[in-house]
Amino acid sequence: MMGDLEVEKHVQFVLSVEKKKDDFESVAMEHIRINGAYWGLTTLDLLGKLGVVDQDEVISWIMKCQDESGGFGGNIGHDPHIMYTLSAVQVLALYDKLDVLDIDKVSSYVSGLQNEDGSFSGDIWGEIDTRFSYIAICCLSILGRLEKLNVQKAVAYIVSCKNMDGGFGCTPGGESHSGQIFCCVAALAITGSLHHIDKDLLGWWLCERQVKSGGLNGRPEKLPDVCYSWWVLSSLIIIDRVHWIDKEKLAAFILNCQDKENGGISDRPEDAVDVFHTFFGVAGLSLLEYPGVKAIDPAYALPVDVVDRIFIGRR
Amino acid sequence: MDSDEDERVPLSERPEWADVKPIPQDDGPNPVVPIAYKDEFRETMDYFRAVYASDERSPRSLGLTAEAIKLNPGNYTVWHFRRLVLEELGTDLHDELDFVNSIAKSNSKNYQIWHHRRWVAERIGIEAASLELEFTKEIFSLDAKNYHAWSHRQWVLQALGGWENELDYCDELLEEDIFNNSAWNQRYFVVTRSPLLGGLEAVREAEVKYAVKAILSNPGNESPWRYLRGLYKGDTHALAHDPEVSSVCLEVLKEKKNFVFALSLLLDLLCYGLQPNEEFSNAVEALRPSNSGPPEVNLKETICSVLETLDPIRSNYWIWRKNNLRPSSEV
Ligand SMILES: [Zn+2]
Repeated sequence: MMGDLEVEKHVQFVLSVEKKKDDFESVAMEHIRINGAYWGLTTLDLLGKLGVVDQDEVISWIMKCQDESGGFGGNIGHDPHIMYTLSAVQVLALYDKLDVLDIDKVSSYVSGLQNEDGSFSGDIWGEIDTRFSYIAICCLSILGRLEKLNVQKAVAYIVSCKNMDGGFGCTPGGESHSGQIFCCVAALAITGSLHHIDKDLLGWWLCERQVKSGGLNGRPEKLPDVCYSWWVLSSLIIIDRVHWIDKEKLAAFILNCQDKENGGISDRPEDAVDVFHTFFGVAGLSLLEYPGVKAIDPAYALPVDVVDRIFIGRR
Repeated sequence: MDSDEDERVPLSERPEWADVKPIPQDDGPNPVVPIAYKDEFRETMDYFRAVYASDERSPRSLGLTAEAIKLNPGNYTVWHFRRLVLEELGTDLHDELDFVNSIAKSNSKNYQIWHHRRWVAERIGIEAASLELEFTKEIFSLDAKNYHAWSHRQWVLQALGGWENELDYCDELLEEDIFNNSAWNQRYFVVTRSPLLGGLEAVREAEVKYAVKAILSNPGNESPWRYLRGLYKGDTHALAHDPEVSSVCLEVLKEKKNFVFALSLLLDLLCYGLQPNEEFSNAVEALRPSNSGPPEVNLKETICSVLETLDPIRSNYWIWRKNNLRPSSEV
């Protein structure tokens, strides 16, 4: 018997994250605090508890992480990176506060990272990865500035990373990996380019990721992990093949990864919990339509009501 | 645990740092997610912020970034500043590769390290190729599926060269672990992209044999099945009509063990136009669970029914496949 989702305990866990003294994990989180804020706050919102955090404090802190380039750093005074910039935009969207941004400035930072071949770098140092293609496309779509990118080239680059198994890698020829597949599929969805995907072939590869325990892995012969509940599941939903897996077994796997005493969700049963897997566990349950959890959008990784507010407001 | 932790002299007690006033992290008012710092880490980062704020690109800053990276190799800003300092000082980049070596072994899943490594190798140029191939090899001896290391290795081959022994290397890794999907992917990368092998058509025959051998040794291994399909690169007619391919399916089915992928490929071959002889029908028929109902109308439907029962976690997929057969089923 799997038991229920410990909503109240997970809320307390998110609030208490990193209060533990001398915990090396918390030290190592300092530089990605803005990602942590996105994971934690989105979890709270999905559980209907966003109100427990002071909105004005969050927003003023987020805005202090912005660099003069328009991009955001992982914390105050840190260098900007496209990854931190998306987290900042997503958190502001959660609070319906995108209007505090100089939208043209942020979108210029992001569009400035597109390369000649359509790919995206993560920062001025030029690392290229399909993760950054997703981040750029998602970010500018939320900001209503997708036209600032060369979308056609961006899509062509993503398609060049498609493999013979139907999946996608980080660069052309890179091994198919569920995390990269999510990025590519979601980016193609946002740009209306899903016709580039062989949905049946990819769908079969994705549903082969479910192992006996009900959990999903990221690549063949790897261990299942709660975070793949998000990456595999959201991809399956976007390509309309989610009914190919055993959803009940997956929900049971996620629920088995809860720390039922102190809250939080881990990568696998009995492992230590963290805010990253707590978010992906709750988000996975949301995609599985678990009662009491708000619906999350599989491409934007934000609650559906937040996404609706962004796009309906704009029309 | 860091072995030289006991010997560390706090920066505040080192004469060469006496002129620097450390800057603490600004966490904003009542931080959303309060951060608890370890003392040593906090002190190092306070000094780092000071040299970063004054943009001091000096040897001692380089040393300080090394200390900060050892404490937390994930800090993006520290790596960023280290590159600025390296550029300014014109440091010998071979030394920098040694530095990365010392960090990478225990942090091989850290994005920053790989990104930095590539930046350094790019500047050294072609002579870095063999060093980088050797370096990734060492990482694979610890974790043969490390995604970052594979990505780095592919970049090295394409940007700096070193393709000569790559197929042998894939072979070596697959000998060690035939289930290593990363090595299978690399093999595909080599046969499709190496400038030395003449392209997929030139190697197909040999590679089909290689895949077939791997399949027969472990029919439940997903990777060689996908590799085998990949060798035909979407040419479904060629795939369906290569007797090597249909016969490996048949051989596995006759063994009656770990045959899910064999059935699945056979299903596709039939959909792509393979005309089955009686041997195929008999082999499939022999796999039908004894409690299943009357025989299906055609072989493809039988295959779907068998898979639906024997791969229950994906039964909906196989049911969908079966329903999709209807429009064009004349077998
Ligand atoms: Zn995980």
